[in-house]
Amino acid sequence: MTRAEAVARVADAMPPDWLTIVCNGMIGRELYTHADAPSRFYMIGSMGLASSIGLGLAIVQPARTIVVLDGDGNVLMNMGALGSVAAASPANFFHVVFDNHAHGSTGDQCTISDRVPIEKVAAAAGYRRTMRAHSAGELDHTLTKFFRETGPAMLLVEVERGNKPGIGRVEPSPAELTARFRLSAIG
Amino acid sequence: MTASQRFLDLLEQHGYDFFTGVPCSLFDGVTRILDRNPKYGYVSAVREDSALGLAAGAYLGGRQPVVFMQNSGLGVSVNALVSLNQIYDIPALLVVSWRGRDGNDAPEHLIMGEMMEDFLRLLKIPYALFEPATLERDVDALTRTMRDTRKPVALVVPKGTLQQ
Repeated sequence: MTRAEAVARVADAMPPDWLTIVCNGMIGRELYTHADAPSRFYMIGSMGLASSIGLGLAIVQPARTIVVLDGDGNVLMNMGALGSVAAASPANFFHVVFDNHAHGSTGDQCTISDRVPIEKVAAAAGYRRTMRAHSAGELDHTLTKFFRETGPAMLLVEVERGNKPGIGRVEPSPAELTARFRLSAIG
Repeated sequence: MTASQRFLDLLEQHGYDFFTGVPCSLFDGVTRILDRNPKYGYVSAVREDSALGLAAGAYLGGRQPVVFMQNSGLGVSVNALVSLNQIYDIPALLVVSWRGRDGNDAPEHLIMGEMMEDFLRLLKIPYALFEPATLERDVDALTRTMRDTRKPVALVVPKGTLQQ
């Protein structure tokens, strides 16, 4: 399964009012191109911080569902944040990691996630539930239950390397993304 | 009432309602209160840039955050400050201790201690020095600047002010 296909399948399982933080790199561009919404916050820098941002949001908005769309390179860069999520243990926090064992935006150079199972690290840190999807069929099956049970939960999705040719860029400016996201989060 | 409690009360009076960070002995008095009193909801972060991420999430969710850190943590925080806070218009009050001031500290603090003011200026972060006599006025001015610009501002904490 390509990453763009996996992102689209996950996005289709998320109602637009759920608050979503997307890490920097191609994942945000793929989500934006497939299904943009004001409740979706796309990072273009600060690699590694998506889970921290999502955690801060989950703590102050306990009645909302918070989804973090992340990559293997991103999680590995700030792995300590998995401990922060587990320690705070927000029931409304759902972490989806698209794992291609590579830094997709910079040319598919190897990460170390082929030898370091990220969802097992999350489980050891104290996430309530962790899962791994190896295929599109498994992903569809897992998605029927993943978001329905209590968090913090991580779903690791194995995806192929490579980027979709001609994928669009996120059009709103960073400041515009903040303003529209806050409106959808706070009302 | 201790100086640390008065400082936290002052922050609350100015609308601050989310507290995270990494401790330093120079503001140990504050962190002790934050750790012990659940009303603050203090989130003990694993790294200073992660604390900035937590604060950014809290801001996106409607809060006005404070991030506590030692000045060594400014080094850890550079990329978050310039590629998250400053370009996304995500404000925070940084309370930064000043280890290594006047060259009188452990070796690991001397270089950052000497360059810290230049470093804050380079990062375009307005700051004030924590002085009990002018604290209320400075917190008020920094908070106004933070709200107007939607960018981080800093309050620099020297030795001897918030250790109790």
